Amino acid sequence: MSLFGSCACGRHGSKAEHDLALAEERMVEEAVMRALLPHDGLRRRFLGAVGASTAFAALSALFPLGAAKEAFAQGTGGRIEKPKLKVGFIPITCATPIIMAKPMGFYAKHGLDVDVVKTAGWAVIRDKTLNKEYDAAHMLSPMPLAITLGAGATAVPYTMPAVENVNGQAITLATRHKARRDPKTWKGFKFAVPFDYSMHNYLLRYYVAEHGLDPDRDIQIRSVPPPEMVANLRADNIDGFLAPDPVNQRAVYDGVGFIHTLSKEIWDGHPCCAFAASKEFVQGMPNTYRALLKAIIDATAYARKADNRKEIAAAIAPANYLNQPVTVVEQVLTGTFADGLGNVRKVPDRIDFDPFPWHSFAVWILTQMKRWGQIKGEVDYQSVAREVFLATDAAKLMAEVGLTPPQSTYKSFSIMGRSFDPMKPRDYVDSFAIKRA
Amino acid sequence: MKLRLVSAVLSALILALAVGVWHLATLAKGGPAAADSEYAKLVGAQAAAGAKSAFPTPADLGRKLVEHARDPFYDRGPNDKGIGVQLAYSIGRVLLGFAAAALIAIPGGFLIGMSPLVYRALDPFIQVLKPISPLAWMPLALFTLKDSDISAVFVIFVCSIWPMLINTAFGVASVRREWLNVARTLEVSPVRKAFAVILPAAAPTILTGMRISIGIAWLVIVAAEMLVGGTGIGYFVWNEWNNLSIANILAGILAIGLVGMALDFLVGRLQKSVTYVE
Repeated sequence: MSLFGSCACGRHGSKAEHDLALAEERMVEEAVMRALLPHDGLRRRFLGAVGASTAFAALSALFPLGAAKEAFAQGTGGRIEKPKLKVGFIPITCATPIIMAKPMGFYAKHGLDVDVVKTAGWAVIRDKTLNKEYDAAHMLSPMPLAITLGAGATAVPYTMPAVENVNGQAITLATRHKARRDPKTWKGFKFAVPFDYSMHNYLLRYYVAEHGLDPDRDIQIRSVPPPEMVANLRADNIDGFLAPDPVNQRAVYDGVGFIHTLSKEIWDGHPCCAFAASKEFVQGMPNTYRALLKAIIDATAYARKADNRKEIAAAIAPANYLNQPVTVVEQVLTGTFADGLGNVRKVPDRIDFDPFPWHSFAVWILTQMKRWGQIKGEVDYQSVAREVFLATDAAKLMAEVGLTPPQSTYKSFSIMGRSFDPMKPRDYVDSFAIKRA
Repeated sequence: MKLRLVSAVLSALILALAVGVWHLATLAKGGPAAADSEYAKLVGAQAAAGAKSAFPTPADLGRKLVEHARDPFYDRGPNDKGIGVQLAYSIGRVLLGFAAAALIAIPGGFLIGMSPLVYRALDPFIQVLKPISPLAWMPLALFTLKDSDISAVFVIFVCSIWPMLINTAFGVASVRREWLNVARTLEVSPVRKAFAVILPAAAPTILTGMRISIGIAWLVIVAAEMLVGGTGIGYFVWNEWNNLSIANILAGILAIGLVGMALDFLVGRLQKSVTYVE
């Protein structure tokens, strides 16, 4: 390897590529600067007075320079910097698009050779991604926000270019609690959720709090990796869990629990898991990032169609991926399922797939982190949402694969009858009676 | 000879008894099919009868074992490899970590054993580091080494270094004075003294340390692989736990036991070959 030909930052193949990428970034910065201060003399004096880097830093506060650079890099549609990639996943149906893209050829279609690697738990997937053993990973949608803010991990700028699934979780209770369907009677219950920074944790807390229970005092919530949940439920170590599928369906399949409520019945259309990558990957390998994201959005579009769900279930159930009986995965994906109480229910949108990373989702997640004391101090809700949830990229690629991206990145929604206005996050946090903030 | 035969018969009887009790305990209880057929198709057989899924029978395990024995080395992608491949990964990691530990522990133990001063100076550190569960190093290793494979090998390294270091030091320190005095009288060079006198004299103790180490290393690799995943027999067990396949977990446990026994047997053989009678 020649000493002079190598790239200084390690993200490019050679020094020439490194310089080119830097030059491109500078070009975008200067173009933006020129548009803002068209008068040459004035611009030069401004840059001279405050220094170029300060000027660009100030500028980036007003104008999303990062996004502009990304958009620029994507426009060139150049060579894929790193075609062989490793993407980590946790064996749950939330990861369906990430997993199925391998056996069903979506990665290959977009010029990538991706190994999808099964991982033992969320903390490990986080560490392996931060270590760069994985180029990108399946994460819970609150995780990129938590990693960026440095909650529960060292702060590393992280991004979430796409949501994997909406809905698709459930509260499962042990069979012996068949008669205790009213949450008010759950005092003293022990519940499991997959991770502290998960939609599962926030939804369970929200659900019991709306029924008047304090999730920190009246019940116990512990973090248990999904594969261990059924075993724990079976051993009567826990009374129930709010878990991703196929864990809920597996509990029914093994006769140890019943599905109390689908997460869809708590908040229809809530996000759950996400495709996440470091900011370094997104900016350092824009073409690879673009191809990977496109492959996943393409797979997501395929997974949306109800007709394809059986085929997908058969593709992701084998030992290499979820390692579950096909019928369990099929019941989750088709929404025709046994509920553990002797009924066959038909809920076609039990799980759905929608890649768009709504900024309002991020704001809601941040309000819950704030509500339960996971983050302290003032939070700039909108700017964190914009930095981490890369809605612009997703929208562009969604249009390319035939989905219709929404016009705005914010929408209001209502959860168990309580409406949420993403523009007023502080009022929303204050409006809860049960909170730690 | 007669004792050996009787003990073999007794072993076989114990095995047959255990399997028999297991078989009786897991006999399927023919409960009534409580649910309608549409529902029954969607759940496991036991759940359809209103029960929890049962522990596998010896026959279930037997079928799994035959399945694994038939095709132990298949490779269907990064997350689905045969049990033989997984065992090979684990053995590879253990040998790598163990060899690295031996490379440091045996010369290190020599130095410590030959000098009472160094022995005393290093003793507090060894005493503090020795009882730490090697798995406690795992988060630290992942954080600093930034590679889960190297971290697993590192954990093996850490857990196998102490018994070897301590045993080597002890073996070297307790070589009989007379032998050293004879060497001094004959004006043997220090290097020759180390290799011709001390090493053969301390070899049985050193090998005992190595035998303890490899046993611990094999215990630890399973737990380490369950933690970081990817490949190895520990990952195999974790993956089957994920699938709640108790029969496969039992097959994994059996394989772990057999390999552990083989490793111990090999080092035991080596130990026997250096043992001497005074």
